[in-house]
Amino acid sequence: MKSREDIKIMTPSTKVLVAVMLLGLAVTFYRLGMGLGASTNLNDSFPWGLWLGVDVLGGVAMAAGGFIIASMIYLFHLEKYRPIVRPAILTAFIGYLLAIIALFLDIGQPHRLWHPAVFWQVQSVMWVVAIHVILYTTTLALEFSPMLFERLNMPGAVKTVHKIIVPVVLFGALLSVLHQSSLGAVFLIVPGKLSPLWYNPKLPFLFLVSAVMMGLAMVSLETNLSSRVFRHPVDPSIFTGLATISTWVIVFYLALKLFFLITGPGLAAAFNGSMEANMYLLEMIVGVVAPLGLMVGTKLKENPNGILAINILVIAGVLLNRMNVCIFGLYRANAATGRSYFPSWMEFAITAGLIALAIFIFKMAAKHLPLLSPDTGSAH
Amino acid sequence: MSKAVLIDTTKCIGCRGCQVACKSWNDLKGYKTAFSETWTNPVFLGNNDFTRVIFREATKPDGSLHWYFAKRQCMHCSDPACASVCPVGAMVKMPEGPVVYDDSKCIGCRYCMLACPFGIPKFEWEAALPLVRKCTFCAERQALGLAPACVATCPTGTLLFGERDTLVQEAQRRIRGAPGKYVNHVYGQNEAGGTSWLYLAGVGFGELGFNTQVPKEPLPPLTWNYISHIPHVIAGVIAFGVGTWYVTRRQELRPRPPAAPRPRPRVEKEDQP
Ligand code: SF4
Ligand code: SF4
Ligand code: SF4
Repeated sequence: MKSREDIKIMTPSTKVLVAVMLLGLAVTFYRLGMGLGASTNLNDSFPWGLWLGVDVLGGVAMAAGGFIIASMIYLFHLEKYRPIVRPAILTAFIGYLLAIIALFLDIGQPHRLWHPAVFWQVQSVMWVVAIHVILYTTTLALEFSPMLFERLNMPGAVKTVHKIIVPVVLFGALLSVLHQSSLGAVFLIVPGKLSPLWYNPKLPFLFLVSAVMMGLAMVSLETNLSSRVFRHPVDPSIFTGLATISTWVIVFYLALKLFFLITGPGLAAAFNGSMEANMYLLEMIVGVVAPLGLMVGTKLKENPNGILAINILVIAGVLLNRMNVCIFGLYRANAATGRSYFPSWMEFAITAGLIALAIFIFKMAAKHLPLLSPDTGSAH
Repeated sequence: MSKAVLIDTTKCIGCRGCQVACKSWNDLKGYKTAFSETWTNPVFLGNNDFTRVIFREATKPDGSLHWYFAKRQCMHCSDPACASVCPVGAMVKMPEGPVVYDDSKCIGCRYCMLACPFGIPKFEWEAALPLVRKCTFCAERQALGLAPACVATCPTGTLLFGERDTLVQEAQRRIRGAPGKYVNHVYGQNEAGGTSWLYLAGVGFGELGFNTQVPKEPLPPLTWNYISHIPHVIAGVIAFGVGTWYVTRRQELRPRPPAAPRPRPRVEKEDQP
């Protein structure tokens, strides 16, 4: 297969992407040379900020689509979804890439990023997370490799990967389930600090379910957008199918959230007008209530824009949830030790640069790899 | 046996000798500090200030205003959150008492700072390759049989260095011996599951700026409870994955009778909104 000539790279939107990426790159050098104090507004009261909340937690949640779609095809044999498996795995790969770059920039000793692989500390959730990132990124590379081998005309390699794909996918699903929930478990250690609106012992499970929501929305969104941008028709029943699955996941998530709200801080805690309560409501309305309302209220079969809107809402809602857990829910306890936090422009610049990088990689892959071609399925 | 320090804040005169001793023993950088609103100096613990004496004016039970002073530093928890969360094991609780830090392992993720219920570990924000800094309980002095520098300096006997068990008993004895003088609470006896640094005070600890919301149980079991269940999750996911793979595969392989009407594919069912 050759590169797709019809996908133009040097469009005005790409130029914007490249500009944002270059700015992010410049700030990256500044951050690496001058340190975290010079580039971020993080401080001793707020050790974690935007990069952890959005780039790492968000990037990993966004990646959940990869293991879901791969499992649906290779484990559940839902053949209908085969045309989107490659974009889904690529998204997962990009999501983890973003998370790793963000982690690299966020930690004080970037050149020691590999230390957890050598200095084991099984009591630490962060160590568990680190090991998962290493293993799962490798697994994703393996899942993704047939695309590369096809492009390089290496049928032997494609066959080999195909032979082991089912166990590989199962292993990937296992790592994903553990990794998504481990990110929630990271916050189990701060019961006195994290607002009870978010803190509860089942935080790992809530992280897993919301990651599934976000993963499905991501896959649907980007299949939708790329089919428009790259004029590549996609069977509409794929979208409605994904939307139906999401609906059930979101209903389940809503039930969980309500259960933990009522049995935890109580229903009133979400309506007392405090900053935390308002952020909680915002997160729930954007990511759960509004999407459910749209699903019930619109005839989705005839309305691809409706599905698009739902996907965007769910993604924004889960991102808000991650920010709430990592920043807003901890804000009161952190600020009580004397300082405040609002991200610096450089923190925003790197986050924006990483998002631009993600879109750019996807675009390049769509042009140069057999990602969206109609014969996608036949390779496996 | 595990060493500890009992701080009887009613004996402290606020001379800040411990701060000076800590700075010189640990070779911490001197710089121009500032007073807080209540004359505490410096305003925050920091990567160059492992300890500081909190100054507070508070009302005594008899209604008179009174100055209170309380030295703060790492509490050296018996089961420290900072050590349990560290992904590379850079923070370690020694059986002798100190929670020490190996700066050659640390990756600078700052999870210890987030996890510490007392807000103790501080980061070298201004450095290009920053590390975490905090009170060491003068572990290297203890190894030589010496008391911590701050304890050795204290002119009033506010800081008492000894075995933790003995000091807890001593604290209880002092409370019983002079009920009006102390509030009936040894801060650190149960906070975060118990700490190596213990406090006695004449007013409520909240008034001295201590965090009184700190959980009374050790924190590390909260995350361990999750991690120790990972093997079950692994077994569950594998069983579910292989099971579904097997069942759905058999459905797919089953030959369909040619005459019979094509069964409605399962997936179509999910299309109904
Ligand atoms: S007070 Fe904080 S830094 Fe000190 S041992 Fe306890 S958890 Fe660790
Ligand atoms: S900042 Fe260093 S000491 Fe603290 S948890 Fe991370 S690796 Fe461990
Ligand atoms: S024990 Fe040592 S490091 Fe800790 S406050 Fe005292 S002098 Fe400073």
